Amino acid sequence: MDLVLDIITWILMLTGCVLLIITGFGLLRLPDLYTRIHAGGMADTLATFLIFIGLALQSDDFLVTAKLLMVIVFVFFTSPTASYALAHASFVAGLKPMLDTTGSDQRDSADPDEGKD
Amino acid sequence: MLRTISLFLVLMAVWLLLSGYYTPLIISFGIASCLLSALIARRMEVVDNEGHPLHLGPRIVFYWAWLLKEIFKANIDVAKCVLFPKTYLRPNMFTAKVTQTSDLGKVIYANSITLTPGTVTVDLDNDTVMVHAMTENSAEGVKSGEMDRRVTAVMGEA
Repeated sequence: MDLVLDIITWILMLTGCVLLIITGFGLLRLPDLYTRIHAGGMADTLATFLIFIGLALQSDDFLVTAKLLMVIVFVFFTSPTASYALAHASFVAGLKPMLDTTGSDQRDSADPDEGKD
Repeated sequence: MLRTISLFLVLMAVWLLLSGYYTPLIISFGIASCLLSALIARRMEVVDNEGHPLHLGPRIVFYWAWLLKEIFKANIDVAKCVLFPKTYLRPNMFTAKVTQTSDLGKVIYANSITLTPGTVTVDLDNDTVMVHAMTENSAEGVKSGEMDRRVTAVMGEA
């Protein structure tokens, strides 16, 4: 039983770590701020989720498990607020997102002045 | 009053989970501090639909399960995008309708969009939300309006 738990933990945590590496890679590689926020979103969501579930499986203490699960909930509640604040501030400040020209029919709506109140 | 009692019970449950010391003295401190917090929150009038959304009930849990599944799929999309930007990266920006009427519903919807990697809420107006998406595929989830419909159903505003 312990072995099964260990294997599951290994899989979860390694997947989480790979996602974190991809996140870091994306932060360096992607072209502009908005796309980099998306990359950061991976670290906030699935990577956090997988790593903390893996850790929760390893704890014998119910209270520790509960605390680890609470961390997931709090990160999931707060991280989109931070992402939104970052994206909204850049948008209002007039930073234009790099848009793909092929097959984009909504280019008109992406005018930074629209965000100003 | 019901909300205040419920807030006290939730605070107490969290306290019991986080504390780990179950001696009479410590537990009575816990009860006292939870009671004080609940009463202060009541006096500040923050124990309302937004501060303690009791009316969402178990529906929000089902919504979270669905959202988790979406986050899972979206993460794979974004990871592909990072590894092969030439093939997948198609940043685009668009506006979508918001059908929720309450502020809480709008916040849940906008936060759900941001929480799903590949889509970020850039601006939230009265009834439109401006979204930056990484690929056409991730944009589709918002454009199709399924998330919007589900949040509205959770809020009971359909």
